[in-house]
Amino acid sequence: MRYLPLTADDRAEMMKTIGAKSVDDFYNDVPVSARLKGPVPGLPNHVGELEVERHMTKLSKKNRAASDGPFFVGCGAYKHHIPASVDHIIQRSEFLTTYTPYQPEIAQGTLQTMFEFQTQVAALTGMEVANASMYDGSTACAEAAVMACRVTKRNTVVLSGGLHPHYADTTRTLCEANGIKVIQLTPAVDGELELSKHVDDAACVIGQTPNVFGTLTDLTPVADAAHAKGALLVTVFTEVVSLGLVKTPGEMGADIAVGEGQSIGVPLGFGGPYVGLFTCKSKFMRQMPGRLCGETVDADGKRGFVLTLSTREQHIRRDKATSNICTNSGLCMLAFTAHMTLLGDNGLTHLATLNHEAACDLADALAAVKGVKVLTTRYFNEIAFETMKPADQVLAALEKHDVIGGVRASRLFPGAGMDNVIVAAATECCTAADIAAYAQALAQVLA
Amino acid sequence: MTMNSTGRPTSISANGGSGTDVTVSGSKGLLQAEGLIFEIGSSDKTGVDLPKPKGTKSRLGGVTRGAPSGLPGLTEPEAVRHYVRLSQKNYAIDLGLFPLGSCTMKHNPRLNEKMARLPGFADVHPMQPQATVQGALEVIEELADWLMKLTNMPAVAMTPKAGAHGELAGMLAIRAALIARGEGEKRKRVLVPVSAHGTNPATAAQCGFIIDEINAAADGRVDLEDLKSKLVDSSDVAGIMLTNPNTCGLFERDIKAIADLIHAAGGYFYCDGANFNAIVGRVRPGDLGVDAMHINLHKTFSTPHGGGGPGSGPTVLSAALAPYAPVPFITKTADGLRFVEHHSEAPDSFGRMCAFHGQMGMFTRALAYILSHGADGLRQVAEDAVLNANYILARLKPLMSPAFEGYCMHEALFSDAFLKDTGVETIDIAKGLIDEGYHPMTMYFPLVVHGAMLIEPTETESKAELDRFCDALASIARRAVQKDPSLKTAPHLAPARRLDETRAARSPRLKWTPETPTMKAAE
Ligand SMILES: Cc1ncc(COP(=O)(O)O)c(C=O)c1O
Repeated sequence: MRYLPLTADDRAEMMKTIGAKSVDDFYNDVPVSARLKGPVPGLPNHVGELEVERHMTKLSKKNRAASDGPFFVGCGAYKHHIPASVDHIIQRSEFLTTYTPYQPEIAQGTLQTMFEFQTQVAALTGMEVANASMYDGSTACAEAAVMACRVTKRNTVVLSGGLHPHYADTTRTLCEANGIKVIQLTPAVDGELELSKHVDDAACVIGQTPNVFGTLTDLTPVADAAHAKGALLVTVFTEVVSLGLVKTPGEMGADIAVGEGQSIGVPLGFGGPYVGLFTCKSKFMRQMPGRLCGETVDADGKRGFVLTLSTREQHIRRDKATSNICTNSGLCMLAFTAHMTLLGDNGLTHLATLNHEAACDLADALAAVKGVKVLTTRYFNEIAFETMKPADQVLAALEKHDVIGGVRASRLFPGAGMDNVIVAAATECCTAADIAAYAQALAQVLA
Repeated sequence: MTMNSTGRPTSISANGGSGTDVTVSGSKGLLQAEGLIFEIGSSDKTGVDLPKPKGTKSRLGGVTRGAPSGLPGLTEPEAVRHYVRLSQKNYAIDLGLFPLGSCTMKHNPRLNEKMARLPGFADVHPMQPQATVQGALEVIEELADWLMKLTNMPAVAMTPKAGAHGELAGMLAIRAALIARGEGEKRKRVLVPVSAHGTNPATAAQCGFIIDEINAAADGRVDLEDLKSKLVDSSDVAGIMLTNPNTCGLFERDIKAIADLIHAAGGYFYCDGANFNAIVGRVRPGDLGVDAMHINLHKTFSTPHGGGGPGSGPTVLSAALAPYAPVPFITKTADGLRFVEHHSEAPDSFGRMCAFHGQMGMFTRALAYILSHGADGLRQVAEDAVLNANYILARLKPLMSPAFEGYCMHEALFSDAFLKDTGVETIDIAKGLIDEGYHPMTMYFPLVVHGAMLIEPTETESKAELDRFCDALASIARRAVQKDPSLKTAPHLAPARRLDETRAARSPRLKWTPETPTMKAAE
């Protein structure tokens, strides 16, 4: 076995040192009825690299990769180009094969990247503090709702009709378990400002911009309305690249801002692992979930970094912790920070501009197709549009033209009467030819 | 041939060896000093070349960014150097034994990395039409099948994103089952041993349960009498969260009795499977009466820890809990595999616990690992992991103080009893190991053992590496008993000296700010 260094002689010699007769001696505490005499039945034995590669490659070929042709799927995960050096950096042994930096003297590499990440995320969102990552945007959203209840000592959270339904469902699951009441507003392409009407007695209202239909909303009026009633504003984004151009959560007066960081540095990967971003005002710092890295000095007075404020966390506070999270998204955090470092402010703004232009071009191209109505009016890189035909049929027909045209709203919100609506995203990866191919195929499908 | 050494000094001259490590650059030989990106980069630099925007349209509707982020960029050569220099300040499995108990720091096979990066896995979108991702669904199904067979459990929830998230899945399933029985309001008490990992009580609390701690017996297992006393009035008991093998590195020999007691009391048995590496292929938790157990793919199944994540925590479920599993899950239809994504299609499900379908990137890695090992190799994994730990226990027993008598499972646990009256503490032993070129063991956990030192070597260490480690730790133990003062200030040879954690927590600086004075001297 290529991964097991002990030889038969080693094992025998070690047994002698231990004074045991066989490994069975070590398993003496296992109830007799539960002791397996040999390998688990019904499963094959070990194979070499070649066989594994053959099998996995065969399975991978059954999937249509985003880069295989025109591709316009968004809704919480976005196809972006990742610089080659990012993957090189995250595959450095010293980053890939190390653990949570609990021993800071030999983990300054990880810790400094965390500190840089926290600074970048705070600057991008315009918020005061950021943590060192959550599992993904949806769990960050759920934790934000629970945290808002802790902070305000209230027990109701209100979710906008434009919040990604997976985020809404994830939040509801955690809230219900905590005895928190969840009010979910009706799905709507442009519904975020509705939140202002539901601030009374709420711990927080949660709005998304750009929302799941692509709509951008300045949530400042919601922040004002919420604050006037002692509620918090939690903002959500699923497309972090938008922050290169759009008004930030901080500028809108958000108290907590969470989002998905996948778009910077992390491949689509069929939905995970991703990297949840979690930020808030400094006054709520001690109520945050997750790990935080802080600056300090070592015994020689040299600058260094450590995990800090851990009295919030499960390993110290146990059942009183702010969250149960332990393992987070470390390596995806590194990918994010490395890609962001390669971009810089100008690079990000530039990238965001290209995304926005691609979406404008897509919207114009689709709007020119007979029978298409574009529903989103203010957007970044994603739009919703409606046709006269059921979206599932349209998307299936587009697939025959090798165009993966987006997500049907009925998959997001079944039974919401949005059967003919499609949500489509365009990024810097979509060429003019891709967009033309989409419009052409759609014209044929709708004809 | 001998080397021509004319004019070339080959040894340090009497006055040439400088005795000081102060350099103008701040670097020490191969160890390069490296500033923060905010100090070395600038916002007009970039490591990406993008096409020129056309600069025509804007449909942002005025929702535009006010102030720029001002974040610095670096060109590719500068960025690569920045991260490679930083990487060299980290310890890693690829450098040496990483005996962090409870964390299973085993070798991460590179084949897994290669498989995860196949475009058909890495470049597919979670929301693209399901007909175009049948291979991805097959991977999930195949891995799920292995996990169910290895545990002899009838169902598995694949979406949890780490161990703690798997605990949440299991406890939410228990909560849903109790509600379905009409006992949701009544049964709120969850029994948790004092030795449990912090995530166990934290998770139970997140599900609205009340934690009732049970004591450890003198032999490191659950105190069965204490457990029984907590079940005298059991009408409010929801279940137990028990780690097995437990956090002391021991198999809970009364596990079946415990399962029976809990079930008789009307509760469920959540097993924390963080230590599955000790028993994989030899014992199936389903044969022990378990109702739910998470499996950390980043432990037993070798997906890289990545400096703190990502992980993956598939959670196997008994028939009693399976109906309450989270969405999405996969079903077989005439058209192939399909996700059940919505609560409306699975009304008993407790709902969704994250966006999309779980940690696919970890599934491909774990499956490659599992196929590589096969049923025979996985059994050998457990046996070698346990053998290695017992070898360390046997070699260090004469010098250190084992926390409990007898053999251990995959980790060897010591208390600080052997340090009594030396002035040396567990943390000093840990920091001493750093100077010897090792990552320290887990320290001060589990809480039931004073000054705990938990050593988990895993199966991917050779005997020579184990011997080297034991020699190093033995010498530290001897120095400790001799009250060697240099241990109190160790490490001396690491990239950083001991860091002031109190200062970090007292006035938290969680991000770089331009005003930050470079701190040259300790206060
Ligand atoms: C015993 C035990 N339980 C639970 C966990 C939590 O797992 P994770 O970090 O994957 O959330 C860990 C590991 O950190 C552990 O050691």
